[in-house]
Amino acid sequence: MKKIGVFVCHCGINIASMVDIPAVVVELKNYPGVAHIEDYKYMCSQPGQDLIKKRIKEKELDGVVIAACSPNLHEETFRKASKSAGINPYMCEIANIREQCSWVHTDKKIATQKAIKIIRSIIEKTKYDEELKPIEIPITKKALVIGGGIAGIQTALNIANSGFKVILVEKSPSIGGKMAQLSETFPTLDCSQCILTPKMVEVAQHKKIQLMTYSEVEDVSGFVGNFKVKIKKKASYVDFDKCTGCGICTEKCPSKTPSEFNEQLGKRKAIYTPFPQAVPNKPVIDKDNCIYFKTGKCKICEKVCPFDAIDFQQKEEIVTLEVGTITVATGYDLYEKANMEEYGGGKIKDVIDGLTFERMLSASGSTDGEIVRPSNGETPKEVVFIKCVGSRDPENHYPYCSKICCMYSAKHAMLYKHRVPDGQAYIFYMDVRTAGKGYEEFYQRVAEEDKVIYLRGKVSKLYSEDGKVVVNGVDTLSGENIEINADLVVLATAIRPSVGIEKLVNILKIQMDKNGFLTEAHPKLRPVESLSAGIFLAGCAQAPKDIPDTVTQASAAASMVSTIFSRKKLYHDPLTAGVDEDLCSGCNICVGVCPYDARELNSEKGVVEVNEGLCEGCGACSSACPSGAAQQNNFTDNQLNRMIRTILS
Amino acid sequence: MEISYYPGCTLKEDAKNLENTTLPLLELFNIQAKELENWYCCGVSFSQSSDNLMQQLAPIRTLIKAKESGRKRLLTLCDMCYNTLKRSALFLLNDEEKREIINDFMDREETIIKGDEIEIVHILSLLKEIGTEKIKEKIVKNANGLKVATYYGCMTLRPKEIAIDNSDNPQIMDDILKAVGCESISFPFRNECCTSYQIVNEPDIVKSQTRKIVNSAIKNGAEAIILSCPLCHYNIDAVQKEIKEEDESFTTLPVLYFTQLLSLMMGIDPSLNDFSLHHINPKPLLKEKKLI
Repeated sequence: MKKIGVFVCHCGINIASMVDIPAVVVELKNYPGVAHIEDYKYMCSQPGQDLIKKRIKEKELDGVVIAACSPNLHEETFRKASKSAGINPYMCEIANIREQCSWVHTDKKIATQKAIKIIRSIIEKTKYDEELKPIEIPITKKALVIGGGIAGIQTALNIANSGFKVILVEKSPSIGGKMAQLSETFPTLDCSQCILTPKMVEVAQHKKIQLMTYSEVEDVSGFVGNFKVKIKKKASYVDFDKCTGCGICTEKCPSKTPSEFNEQLGKRKAIYTPFPQAVPNKPVIDKDNCIYFKTGKCKICEKVCPFDAIDFQQKEEIVTLEVGTITVATGYDLYEKANMEEYGGGKIKDVIDGLTFERMLSASGSTDGEIVRPSNGETPKEVVFIKCVGSRDPENHYPYCSKICCMYSAKHAMLYKHRVPDGQAYIFYMDVRTAGKGYEEFYQRVAEEDKVIYLRGKVSKLYSEDGKVVVNGVDTLSGENIEINADLVVLATAIRPSVGIEKLVNILKIQMDKNGFLTEAHPKLRPVESLSAGIFLAGCAQAPKDIPDTVTQASAAASMVSTIFSRKKLYHDPLTAGVDEDLCSGCNICVGVCPYDARELNSEKGVVEVNEGLCEGCGACSSACPSGAAQQNNFTDNQLNRMIRTILS
Repeated sequence: MEISYYPGCTLKEDAKNLENTTLPLLELFNIQAKELENWYCCGVSFSQSSDNLMQQLAPIRTLIKAKESGRKRLLTLCDMCYNTLKRSALFLLNDEEKREIINDFMDREETIIKGDEIEIVHILSLLKEIGTEKIKEKIVKNANGLKVATYYGCMTLRPKEIAIDNSDNPQIMDDILKAVGCESISFPFRNECCTSYQIVNEPDIVKSQTRKIVNSAIKNGAEAIILSCPLCHYNIDAVQKEIKEEDESFTTLPVLYFTQLLSLMMGIDPSLNDFSLHHINPKPLLKEKKLI
């Protein structure tokens, strides 16, 4: 029989105050299989670990049970200690008598009895534990980054600067994302394009970065270190190898359509680059608005192109690539105004959203930085900014705070006052949230120096009357109803995950929350990892955040990627579920329940096979398998039955 | 088709014309509204009571009567009754503990009620079910481009759980009226509160709100305000007359139940409208549009 050592931790008073540890030691001393039992105040401390190591050698133990806190916390610590004392780390098991016992009980007697049962059941498990070795996996040292906004750009540059290859995929014709649309950035008011475009150029020129714009990820298979990715390159109808970006085609194109980059404020051509500083600075043809594609006649761009770069025959193309990691940096979209019926449902011309106002403020926007009323082009003298539009409204819209609106609305009001000094700006708010370096000081400046009127209350209704937008609101501090005849209303509409995120989530098999934001592996300690190994998150795809936070998270994601690439090989936890081919009937049930696509039916052999690199050891297959063929290492039916019997006895 | 029908107090007095024009209209679609026997107040006037279980008894007893009638659906014409009955049914359904207390308390009723047995249907929803195509078929008189301001108030729109339409942009009445040839003007106060029972103690609040509603409807080109709620009707119709008495310059607008307008267009006996109940006389407008 195995010689098992039991080590009971006091965790200071965390365990000892609710569990009678001397009683536990006495009770278990003669339990079958226990060769040694001992308690200590802090088992995870260096003296505690030394004690375990010493006893393993001294008593020639085959396995150890540490009765302490949750395995989430210190399983790895104790397994390392056991390994250094010469036993297989998977022969070290944790009995959780803190989170699942002392912390949740108030009766010491009962808690003590429960602790004894928990420890006994783990002793039973350990008796049947097998020695396991981590699974070795090779790594393709090439990173995929999805999304070319500031989050994707920063991630790509950091990985590339660590010396690894990066493929940056962007669905629109240029990288830059939402940040490229912004005018000046809070709280320092640096020009957004001035700080962003050098990074965009760096991406384009970086030897380690392969830029794939106008492209989308269509399919992903494989696992950490070994992903296989299919990317669709949309037809641009321009041969980028020949095109020099001279712009003659755009200049001569007769078809105009509202510009997405300028938030419909200005027009763009059917053959276009989204903005003059676009990277790559090469145009694409928007098929839906191209006269040739609609009528079969025109081809002016082809005639004027000096380099013969227009190719109406071009087809979309699927490129298959192998990568080791994937970073999702797909950003956000604004919640549509059409969803806000009480604010005109998007039908009132002089009610715009924050990004549209950014394009108005931007020197490169369609108004050359002049603030105008979209309805008549006049300078607005009364401007109302409304915050929390669609945010913090669990009953009707989104429950969360969009985080950046307090700051950008303050910035909007300030920039408005600087450009229209005799105008009046009002901000309706629920709270003013300015947590961030220099943010509170910025807000104070806006409220005090720029004399922006802050009104604490919600706006119930907007409607147009006599050429004005009537704002019906309330000031909850004075208790007064407020009615303002505004010239322009700017809605700080909620930040929502990029339109189409659901499709990508399905392709990547990662998780998202009920609002569509990607789920991180741990909200505090693993904020840039998804729950799938090798897939990382950066920027607003994970949660609303401002530029500094986005860049921070992107750098962290890049660092996680570099950590993986810095190793020779990857090691996967061997607590996987296998297949006993003698028992497997090939019924396929386990294939359906596996959330990681790790199991596949080999129809020739008539049995299921497991990709150990993908298996996360969740146990779904083991519990679903009707014949007991899917046994999980060190969680076999035999072990679980014995544990349950021990607990119930 | 038969449907249980709960009239409510107002429908037998001030809003007789709402009932009198609705029931024959439903007959045209072969719908027989079967009035519940021995019904009493829906309970809306007790809803300010602080004892939140006692206030539920009246509507729950009505639900029990409806259940005992054997029919699954209960029609209401009055917005207030609709709101009260529907919310009480939901209250019962969602709070098992209180449901038991209430059922134990009501020792004279033999039927136990859970809350989901009876579907409370507002007349606008019933007409939506019939569909605009079928409604159009019954029209015999043209509206001659009558410009209407539809007024929904709040009782059929709030709270969200019982709303018959989008509370911020309701269309259910507009869809019907547009289909029969009326022009529905856009008008920002269509889903604003009429100020309800403020009429009892604070008539000035009602006056100022009615003024706002009527002025906006006129400004946007309306020739009449069309609604479904008897309390909204009183606050907007009767109060307009009071405003006019104080302020000669105030322009009034006739206020009609949407079923009055439909029944006239469907050729139902005009005398059922009992125009003497109106404080702002709609007859000149209806004559001008050749509806009477």
